[in-house]
Amino acid sequence: MKKKVFSLLLASLVGVSALWSCASDTAEEDTEEESSAQTLTVSDPDYYTRFKGQNISINVYNWGEYISTGADEGTLDVNGEFEKLTGIKVNYTNYATNEELYAKLKGGAASYDVIIPSDYMISKMIKEGMVQKLDMDNIPNFSYIMDNFRNQAYDPTNEYSVPYTWGTVGIIYDTTMIDTPKEDIDWDLLWNEDYADQILMFDNPRDAFAIAEIMQGYSLNTEDPDELEDAANKLKKQKRIVQGYVMDEVFDKMEAGDALIAPYYAGDALTILEGNDSLDFVVPKSGTNLFVDAMCIPTAARQKEAAEMYINFMCEPDIAFANIDYICYSTPHQAAYDMLDDDVKNSPVSYPDSQFIADKTTVFVNLSDEANLKMQTLWTDMKSAEDENSNRWIVPVFLIFCVLLMVFVLVRRYIKSKKDIF
Amino acid sequence: MKKLGKLYLVLVLLFLYVPIFVLIVFSFNETKSRSVFSGFTLDWYKRLFHNRIIISSLINTIIIASVASVVSTVLGTLAAIGINSMRKVPKAVVMNITNMPIINPEIVTGVSLMLLFVFFAARMNLEFGFVTLLIAHITFDVPYVILNVMPKFNQMDPHLYEAAQDLGCSPFKAFRKVVLPEIMPGVVSGFLMSFTYSLDDFVVSYFTTGSTSQTLPITIYSMTRRKVSPEINALSTLIFIAVIIVLIVKNAIENRAAKKSGAKED
Repeated sequence: MKKKVFSLLLASLVGVSALWSCASDTAEEDTEEESSAQTLTVSDPDYYTRFKGQNISINVYNWGEYISTGADEGTLDVNGEFEKLTGIKVNYTNYATNEELYAKLKGGAASYDVIIPSDYMISKMIKEGMVQKLDMDNIPNFSYIMDNFRNQAYDPTNEYSVPYTWGTVGIIYDTTMIDTPKEDIDWDLLWNEDYADQILMFDNPRDAFAIAEIMQGYSLNTEDPDELEDAANKLKKQKRIVQGYVMDEVFDKMEAGDALIAPYYAGDALTILEGNDSLDFVVPKSGTNLFVDAMCIPTAARQKEAAEMYINFMCEPDIAFANIDYICYSTPHQAAYDMLDDDVKNSPVSYPDSQFIADKTTVFVNLSDEANLKMQTLWTDMKSAEDENSNRWIVPVFLIFCVLLMVFVLVRRYIKSKKDIF
Repeated sequence: MKKLGKLYLVLVLLFLYVPIFVLIVFSFNETKSRSVFSGFTLDWYKRLFHNRIIISSLINTIIIASVASVVSTVLGTLAAIGINSMRKVPKAVVMNITNMPIINPEIVTGVSLMLLFVFFAARMNLEFGFVTLLIAHITFDVPYVILNVMPKFNQMDPHLYEAAQDLGCSPFKAFRKVVLPEIMPGVVSGFLMSFTYSLDDFVVSYFTTGSTSQTLPITIYSMTRRKVSPEINALSTLIFIAVIIVLIVKNAIENRAAKKSGAKED
């Protein structure tokens, strides 16, 4: 027994040390790589060393999986490079939804220096005074941002935000089962009865309503109650043939072939397409939503200048390229775009025709509280509305079954107790 | 009938372990897919060790879990000593009060702690982050320690402590030499329990974390907009293996100790 325990301990020790050595090996390799293949060059090194030795730290709040971490060989560890270059420590934390970010900021207890909200959330935050104007003199690399991504509707004068990524919403579909030629596919595919129970739909009101609004010819930012109601009716009609309302489950369902059609974001669609060869992605010709995630500085930020330096650093061509290469969304950064492979540059998924973008896409802006509430109510109504034939009987039948079971048990008990007497 | 019993056992074990098995298998998958296995690779393990964000949140989690469980073990054991020497009614009252946080839904604990911290943050320049996380974890860990230590006191012969003092021990020495060894199993299991609870806590951490540090469960949750990376599968696999090794070693040591004491009695 003693021997056994000893050998077990030894084995686990060997295992642990092997892991450690493996980890340290790779770490060593890493540093070697960095020193030999130091790819990062910045435009103005003097600018970045201003705060060196002052022991400053900034708090960056970003989406999960939304920055290059250097995990892949040969890619840049963006936060690490920033710390090395500027001597500013980066406290990096993540969130999963715009609303989570909003709640954390509004709560007021945590202070952030750089945040990366989406379009409509930026306009909401501007309206509520939660983000502050940027000093563009401190962000010279803003000049790299493409013209058609400046002065977007959520920030018309472009004083509050620097675009980080963008993308469109389109349809992922199974080419082996759907014969419609790619260029003919439009949003009505999601309403096609032939594919009943093979259709997935967004599980958030804003994205779902947007699709219905495009089909009805309304603005994606409409606040008109009648138009919202009409869009909700459109969604109600679709409900019968929808397999499920999902968000990130789309990845698994589409890759496994559990569904044939799903609307989703372009950058993520690329990941899905990688996993299943028979899938394709199309941006419907009648128009779509263009989403932009942009970097902002909250009003309560403690280190505004250092935060602007971080934003500027994120717009360095090498850094912007490393990030976009990791994230797979589309970049608003001209120099980073130029560094991409040709097949990515010409990909209609990531970079649709710029004329199409200008004419047919709309970014979300924040809706008024009343419109938001209206949309939310209509959405809940639509989702909770009962189907004509199914589901209605399940609950009563289940209840009756429970009652019967209870009666059965009681009767048995009663009979048993009678028997016991004799 | 015996066969049926065995079948049932197999089914239960499958039910418990198939998810973990799937997770482990997909940590070796070549693509990011969670449904199609396309080929074997160790890439995700390699990338895991290079991913600063995951590694730093893992380290954060371990630091917080260790510090919180050590502090709450000390606090909880001291509290148990105090509660043990109370009279019957106050004892019952205090025990119920300390059990409340266990029964209380985590989300209530999380939100109320957050509100408390917000209240103090404005007045005392308290920053949400490591400190608030640690306080929150200690708060929900202490009741588990008390819960584990109290039964040991109930099992213990109260006269042992008095006897030790009769034989010339100072109160502290009597505690150290007599009481502590008696309640040690409870202290250890309380420590382990609070460690595991803080290690995988999400809800309370979610409300009390701040801008400077985040724990692993929050990092994983934040990946859901994109897609949870298979690096997490790799990490979970390593944690699973580590836990199994610890369990095996612990059991082996216990077995040996049991055999030894058995031999002595003979």
